[in-house]
Amino acid sequence: MKKKSLIMLLVVAMIAAFSLTGCGGSGDEEKSEEKEGKTVKAGFICLHDENSTYDLNFINAAKEACDEAGIDYEIKTNIPEGQECYDAAAELVDAGCNVIFADSFGHEDYMIQAAKEFTDVQFCHSTGTKAHTEGLDNYHNAFASIYEGRYLAGVAAGMKLNEMIKEGKITEDQAKIGYVGAFTYAEVISGYTSFFLGARSECPSATMDVTFTGSWYDETAEKEAANKLIDGGCVLISQHADSMGAPTACEKKKVPNVSYNGSTEKACPNTFIVSSRIDWAPYYKTVIKAVQNGDKLDADYTGTLKTKSVQLTEVNEKAAAEGTADKLAEVQKKLEAGDLHVFDTSAFTVDGKKLDSYKADVDTDEKYEKDTEVIKDGYFHESEFRSAPYFDLQIDGIKLLDKKM
Amino acid sequence: MNEKESKSNEMTSVSENKNKTNHENREPLLHITRRSEMEWKKAWLIRLAAILASLIVCAIAVTLATGLDPISVYGSMFDGAFGSSRKTWILGKETALLLCVALALTPAFKMKFWNLGGEGQIMIGALVTAACMICLGNTLPEPVLMIVMFAGAVGAGAIWAGIPAFFKAKWNTNETLFTLMMNYVAIQLVAFFVIVWEVPKGSGKIGIINQSTMAGWIPSIGGEKYLFMILVVVIVTIGMYVYLKYSKHGYEISVVGESRNTARYVGIKVDKVIIRTLLLSGGLCGLTGWLMVSASDHTITTTLAGGRGFLGVMVAWLAQFNPAAMVASSLLLAFMSRGASEISTHFQLNQSFGDIITGIVLFFIIGCEFFINYKVHVRKTGKESEADV
Repeated sequence: MKKKSLIMLLVVAMIAAFSLTGCGGSGDEEKSEEKEGKTVKAGFICLHDENSTYDLNFINAAKEACDEAGIDYEIKTNIPEGQECYDAAAELVDAGCNVIFADSFGHEDYMIQAAKEFTDVQFCHSTGTKAHTEGLDNYHNAFASIYEGRYLAGVAAGMKLNEMIKEGKITEDQAKIGYVGAFTYAEVISGYTSFFLGARSECPSATMDVTFTGSWYDETAEKEAANKLIDGGCVLISQHADSMGAPTACEKKKVPNVSYNGSTEKACPNTFIVSSRIDWAPYYKTVIKAVQNGDKLDADYTGTLKTKSVQLTEVNEKAAAEGTADKLAEVQKKLEAGDLHVFDTSAFTVDGKKLDSYKADVDTDEKYEKDTEVIKDGYFHESEFRSAPYFDLQIDGIKLLDKKM
Repeated sequence: MNEKESKSNEMTSVSENKNKTNHENREPLLHITRRSEMEWKKAWLIRLAAILASLIVCAIAVTLATGLDPISVYGSMFDGAFGSSRKTWILGKETALLLCVALALTPAFKMKFWNLGGEGQIMIGALVTAACMICLGNTLPEPVLMIVMFAGAVGAGAIWAGIPAFFKAKWNTNETLFTLMMNYVAIQLVAFFVIVWEVPKGSGKIGIINQSTMAGWIPSIGGEKYLFMILVVVIVTIGMYVYLKYSKHGYEISVVGESRNTARYVGIKVDKVIIRTLLLSGGLCGLTGWLMVSASDHTITTTLAGGRGFLGVMVAWLAQFNPAAMVASSLLLAFMSRGASEISTHFQLNQSFGDIITGIVLFFIIGCEFFINYKVHVRKTGKESEADV
């Protein structure tokens, strides 16, 4: 009995081994055939997988852009911010990719490392800060003027606060927003400040508490953070972290939520108001086209409302205040026309004072040196000197609960 | 020792047989007895059969859950591990790192000192390496820096394991909890220093250290980045094999592991052996941290060790603490992990699916050890018979 079953297992294994080698061969042939027809193959490196709202947003854009251009692509998910990123980039180069995108801030140095080695491949890193100082022809940064999207989302939040005040649910003084942030650097600061300014443009008595999780994706920490804010008297929550932690905490406690990275309406039908997100597809399409035509790419690319890189999801009428969608369209027009600037210096104060001049740390260095004057013509010029945000002012009205220095 | 073991096994089975005759009516449906030493060929056949059986179960799982052709999934896993020379090198790197941790833990485990602090010992070694690169990178000449980094990392790892060992030796504290908690201390220390050194401020990442000067980077040998660390681990493997098998220390470790009282009786200073062995164990974990920072990642993050401190336990245990067999078990685990990430890229399956496959395979491999070590007897009317794998 024993022998027989063993022999049977061996036979199965041998069959498996043979068909395995056979299969490997045919797979390679297919690949080379495909390669001949197309000139561009794109590779994507993602920090997490589609369970993260942030990465899902990238993955969707990647598929859309590549399908539209009719090119081959490979997506590598769950790539940590370490040597694995370099390895993944190198593997994608081996697989014939001539343009490689990475989506997480911490991937940057490893992308630069790969860009230095594989000079005939374009490396495009979203949210990074170093392309304009690194001086490599094949390394680029991209971001979008998401502060405009956040501002719009903030407007929707402000209208909701006004509605709650009008209905007598809260008083004017109780119009406190809670915000769950990941880290304490400019990308997050710029995000919550623009969101807050949008809300305050509608609801002048609004204040905001911000708490940080110290991680981009930590469902428990984000949920806890949202609960802590709600318990601390926040009547509306928004977040800049990538899990469903905060939105689901809001749904459970019936607190309105302004989301990020995409709609969370499905999971939170009663509390989701609206979400801003960066649509990376326009950027990917631009890059793919440039690589196809052999055009040179700029060091930085900043998508805008106009390029449709900055997007708002549909407003959830069930949770949003009346007339939100119309108002958003109106404000968006003003932003696009340049009649309205998010970081207008007349709209905020720092330590009680209006700012006329501010030097921001645009060129990343170990000493955090403030190197570039960014206030001109009465507003803070965000995402103009490089694509990634550098607004890092602590404005009045926002309280940082537990700043993780 | 083996003779002794098999003798005692025989004795148990004899006594069990006696029991059987006494209580024949009450014989349970299934009962197990420890086997006497199994022939190695037979043992390996069982292991091979277990792997094949696991592959069949995985194939069923793949087909049922995803509708994909399991053979092409296996093919893709193989491709992910060995598909190109780069992939093979990466596999080699992953294997080497895992093996190094497993080798580090082995002497402690052989002594029945449950060092679950591998993760923290790696992290503290990595932290010291990174600190040297950041603080001394531009001041010390390269060879001196290299020596300082190496000694610092190994020393830090040794201290990290030495503390629980000292407490164990002096006051018989619980080493499992102690080493586990030292992990958290190390990880929090790393978290703290990441904030001290982060660039840009508030981003929670240090990025590649000395990217332009490459100070403190282990140079690649013949254009291969990971060759150095693989060679180091080869040396450690051979060293550990010799140390455990032929040295007096190795013998002392196994005597202490068998019975502390016996060890004391024959004049072994148990406390000294415990502390000495843990210094070695932690030092080698620190060495792993040094390799990771200086030869591979060139950065430090709180997730750098990536669970290797715990995975190493599995590697060592699967190989039954035999350094030569650990090469195979670490290769298997590295292969599974690389293969899993390949199928998630190729078939756009979630990474968790790869983990499921790994889980099934490990279940069978660990499970088959049971059948190698024990006999299962099934009651039959009147007559005793055996059922095996």
